[in-house]
Amino acid sequence: MKKKLTTVAFNDTKEKADELNALIARYKNVEGNLMPVLQGAQDIYGYLPLEVQKTIALGLDVSVAEVYGVASFYSQFTFNPKGKVSIAVCLGTACYVKGSGKIHEKCMEITGIGAGDISPDGRFSYDATRCIGACGLAPVMTVNGDVYGRITPADVDGIIAKYL
Amino acid sequence: METVTVKINGRDYTVPAGIKIIDAARIAKIDIPTLCYLKDVNEIGACRLCLVEVKGARGLMAACVTTVSDGMEIYTNTPKVVESRKTNLELILSTHKKECLSCIRSNSCELQKLCLDLGVTDENRFAGKNNEYEKDESTAFLVRDNEKCILCRRCVAACQNVQGIGAIETINRGFDACIGSAFEQPLAATSCVSCGQCIVACPVGALYEKDDTAKVWDAINDPTKHVVITAAPSIRATIGECFGYEPGVDTEGKMIAAMKRLGFDGVYDLNLTADLTIMEEATEFLGRVQSGENLPLITSCSPGWIKFCEHYFPEFTDNLSTCKSPQQMFGAMYKTYYAKKRGLDPADIVVVSAIPCTAKKFEVRRPGQSAAGNGIYDVDYAITTRELARMIEKAGIRYRDLDDETFDQPFDIGSGAGVIFGATGGVMEAALRTAAEVILGTKLEKLEFEEVRGTAPIKTATYKLGDLEVRVAVASGTKNAKELLNKVKSGELAVDFIEVMACPGGCVNGGGQPVQSAATKAAVDLKAKRASILYNADSKMALRKSHEDLAVQKLYDEFLEKPGSHVAHDVLHTHYIKRGL
Repeated sequence: MKKKLTTVAFNDTKEKADELNALIARYKNVEGNLMPVLQGAQDIYGYLPLEVQKTIALGLDVSVAEVYGVASFYSQFTFNPKGKVSIAVCLGTACYVKGSGKIHEKCMEITGIGAGDISPDGRFSYDATRCIGACGLAPVMTVNGDVYGRITPADVDGIIAKYL
Repeated sequence: METVTVKINGRDYTVPAGIKIIDAARIAKIDIPTLCYLKDVNEIGACRLCLVEVKGARGLMAACVTTVSDGMEIYTNTPKVVESRKTNLELILSTHKKECLSCIRSNSCELQKLCLDLGVTDENRFAGKNNEYEKDESTAFLVRDNEKCILCRRCVAACQNVQGIGAIETINRGFDACIGSAFEQPLAATSCVSCGQCIVACPVGALYEKDDTAKVWDAINDPTKHVVITAAPSIRATIGECFGYEPGVDTEGKMIAAMKRLGFDGVYDLNLTADLTIMEEATEFLGRVQSGENLPLITSCSPGWIKFCEHYFPEFTDNLSTCKSPQQMFGAMYKTYYAKKRGLDPADIVVVSAIPCTAKKFEVRRPGQSAAGNGIYDVDYAITTRELARMIEKAGIRYRDLDDETFDQPFDIGSGAGVIFGATGGVMEAALRTAAEVILGTKLEKLEFEEVRGTAPIKTATYKLGDLEVRVAVASGTKNAKELLNKVKSGELAVDFIEVMACPGGCVNGGGQPVQSAATKAAVDLKAKRASILYNADSKMALRKSHEDLAVQKLYDEFLEKPGSHVAHDVLHTHYIKRGL
């Protein structure tokens, strides 16, 4: 199945590009360097667009297909930028049996986008994640990195409203 | 050599230490079934078809990745082994689009053969919903049908490990895993060089050349068209394999006879324009040596190599010989010189080339390949050895029963120098034969330049021709070419003349050649076997030097004036693009 890929244009800055090049230089001759460089690059840009993957491929002297092959294998790497309000709902086992499926549906309804997408205006991005390791708080959602636990679908509107 | 003794199916065998079970079994004259395995190229133990029982091991072992040890007891054919292999095969079948009646690989499909060998009776045992994929037909040469792909990764290994390109990879995960390019772009958007090594690596019908035979039949059946075909040097060394001959059998005479029965208006030898290429290229080399510009000179016969150079070494495109490839020279000459001579309108001529190469399908539509002008391509269709064989089969011609015939005049005389173009080092040797005699002004006593022969990845040699010392290097396979050019770039290696062929071993092992199974490739050195036909043919010929080819002389006398002339440049030379990555 084809992955959904963003139509939002890539915006690079000199600071970010310098940071990426420094990261690549640091790992250049380290064995098993692709994963840490991909993780670092995602920290810098928030996602891994084609342009960034090409820079990594050239820098580490591997093919861009190989970079993409690795990046597309792991669900924590994303190829779409994050929105101003970045929402994620855990669909791991514990959250799911506690009803996160309903929260997942509610989030898609409010944002108007599907899992893995970003709204065309860049306002919302939404992800359905695997277990994020907060099973004691199940069901869990995160907004811009803040964790909300033991929630019901009725809470979702209020939580998202705080970020608008 | 250190050896170990292993027991295979109850019999003792002494085998080299360190080899894999599958190689030990081959020594015992047993083929263990495989799908993902390609000796020395892809040994990843993924398909689980090569499972064997090893006494004392906990589970079944993959023979392609398990190293033998002294005293090992191996069983390759127990009920447990056979049942496991069969189940794994049925699981693979569950995601394979089974179009076996119309599949291009029917009868040469390794999956099909295994189903028969292992007695699969229910090909839908694990039927279920499958992913749908669009075919990738974005390039001029290839069709990728991922619905037939069994994820063996042999194509990925050929692209990455053999060719050093990596245009494709296994992407995504789990059930969504498939073979594709970065960001699932069409192949045409990548640095793929069209070499076709992925096609000859594929065990099933997931990868195949874009078939141009329908267009060729249409042209043949159009009475207003003058349709001719020309045969590349190396296909005479391989086409017999499509008709049941063992690799290494020369069937040139039958090939010509079969081509003449297809309805072409002329069946010609490409060796003649191979000789023409040498005349131009040797002249170009001597010119560059005099001026000292754009050295080393790098050969330009291999369009896969050209595209590789344009992507990966754009700084070397000025070093490439500007000579068109022999195929393009043939079309160019036919539609200019010969059209005029015979009073034919170039627009009514259809030139078909039968070649060992998929990149030629890309080359025929490159810019700068139209000597007759007016948008008339030098060559209209490039068909691979496999496509030519399919045309012969379609016409119902009993290939093996044919009596030998010879090529049509005037493009019938080619030298031995032209013949060896099909093997790595052949173009270099051909050029050296001519350059040496031009420089020395005398006849060479020995025509063989042994140092540039053979299937080694990179070959270097220095020849003293009078006062001139010529340092040459030969690489085949783009990965090896990359290594060679990086050495030249860093100054580690100083050379004057480089031959590169995109495919390992040269054209005899091209991406358009007959597909052989992994088992055959493991047992037979295809490159060397096929090349031996060309060197044998050359050694038996009276005419072995391009500059002594009278047919070539005639082309210069009547039309081209002299090598490197203005008209020769217009008709026989081209230009390149700096593509980058």
